[in-house]
Amino acid sequence: MLADAGLFSIPCDVPPFRLSGTVYGALLNHRSALAALGETARRPPYDAPPIAPVLYIKPRNTLSLPGEVVRIPAGTPELEVGASLGLVIGRTACRVSASSALEYVAGYLIVADVSIPQASLHRPSIRFRARDGFCPLGPAVTACAAVANPDGLSIRAFLNETLVQSASTADMIRPAGRLLADVTEFMTLRPGDVLALGAAAPAPRVRSGDTLRIEIDGVGSLSIPFMEGEA
Amino acid sequence: MIRARVAFAGAIHDASPARSDRPGDLLDAEELTLADGRIVSGADVVWLPPFEVGTVIALGLNYADHAKELKSKRPEEPLVFLKGPGTLLGHRGMTRRPADVKFMHYECELAVIVGRTAKRTRRSSALQHVAGFCIANDYAIRDYLENWYRPNLRVKNRDGATVLGPWFVDAADVPDPGNLSLRTFVNGKLTQQGSTRDLIFDIPQLIEYLSSFMTLWPGDVILTGTPEGVVNVMPGDVVTCEIDGLGRLVNTIAADREFGR
Repeated sequence: MLADAGLFSIPCDVPPFRLSGTVYGALLNHRSALAALGETARRPPYDAPPIAPVLYIKPRNTLSLPGEVVRIPAGTPELEVGASLGLVIGRTACRVSASSALEYVAGYLIVADVSIPQASLHRPSIRFRARDGFCPLGPAVTACAAVANPDGLSIRAFLNETLVQSASTADMIRPAGRLLADVTEFMTLRPGDVLALGAAAPAPRVRSGDTLRIEIDGVGSLSIPFMEGEA
Repeated sequence: MIRARVAFAGAIHDASPARSDRPGDLLDAEELTLADGRIVSGADVVWLPPFEVGTVIALGLNYADHAKELKSKRPEEPLVFLKGPGTLLGHRGMTRRPADVKFMHYECELAVIVGRTAKRTRRSSALQHVAGFCIANDYAIRDYLENWYRPNLRVKNRDGATVLGPWFVDAADVPDPGNLSLRTFVNGKLTQQGSTRDLIFDIPQLIEYLSSFMTLWPGDVILTGTPEGVVNVMPGDVVTCEIDGLGRLVNTIAADREFGR
């Protein structure tokens, strides 16, 4: 688990030079994730597909450094890992337009949104998603200048080095700029904050002893070992 | 001990009521003593949230009467949601009400501030991990409620819509946090009233529950939920939340134009 100071150990060679520790993420933003719900999205308790971005918060106790073991709680057979591109905010973003939003981004990293699998997205308990160590980040912040287009990146996940997921950030309902515009309409993002763009479905499942490696074109590779036990 | 964090003359200061001997000074501090000894008027400072805030953990439907008011069932497990730092605001601040909404309401809540790291803490020793308390006013805009990941961030994680303060009050100065009256006034008229006696999940239970899966660190804060009596507020309304022994937290509702919209 990562104390605030540990955030310095994720290299960030562009301003703001460190992460703030605040991590937000979007769910159901990858087309495959909403499609996986099918007609369920129109039935109770949801009644209608989402209008605003569906967002979650990964609090500071969840942040975990590259290589740190993520613990699978006893009695939980497997965890789900949402592999997402993370946008690292470079300057205060409030009511940005979709077309200028990327000017507010300092760089990119990989965000692994770990959770205990649960079917309902209505009012899920935070004990599924906010457990200690459930948000590995890394490996480093890749400066914006090194990524030509955040909306055209391949994301691959390897379970014990076998390819289990292949997706692209080109398939987002809200591409990076649009998501930033819709989010900052009501909540300001600050330098060093991270916003995860969204993971494809079905998300890989992991068991004790597994290692999941997430790779994003030009952003790097993040290996996450999983072991049963208490964090 | 009772203290505030204020901005004054180019710096951020710890401050305390200058005349703590005077009854009622906690409610409306006319004068503050800064840590460096200066005495300043409470009206001349900018009041900030009274401590360095870590993770903000909030409870939905934690008073039986409020659950009934919203036509919701009494929950079997605490209904917890998280809030980000951009939503925080101090005493005497302004909170924006978008022009297009029909129902924006305050929520007066007892805020419990963690002082000592809590990890798998039992309820019997939970209060030892509490540093102190303050008042919270946790606004919501119900128009934006959607049935995905409720309560969604557009309802509950808006800029400047979580007001904390005015004081951080040491746990030692709050003998029974499980028996405090809460009151909200809109433009001086009493609209909400309750007591922390009626919490569905009390403070020790909440700390035991939360620390069973997430480590609580100093500065993390638990907003314990609100009783019944939430009403719509409009630009210009002055919303005042009071809790016994913690003071009086004032906030003004502002229109879009005051935020350049």
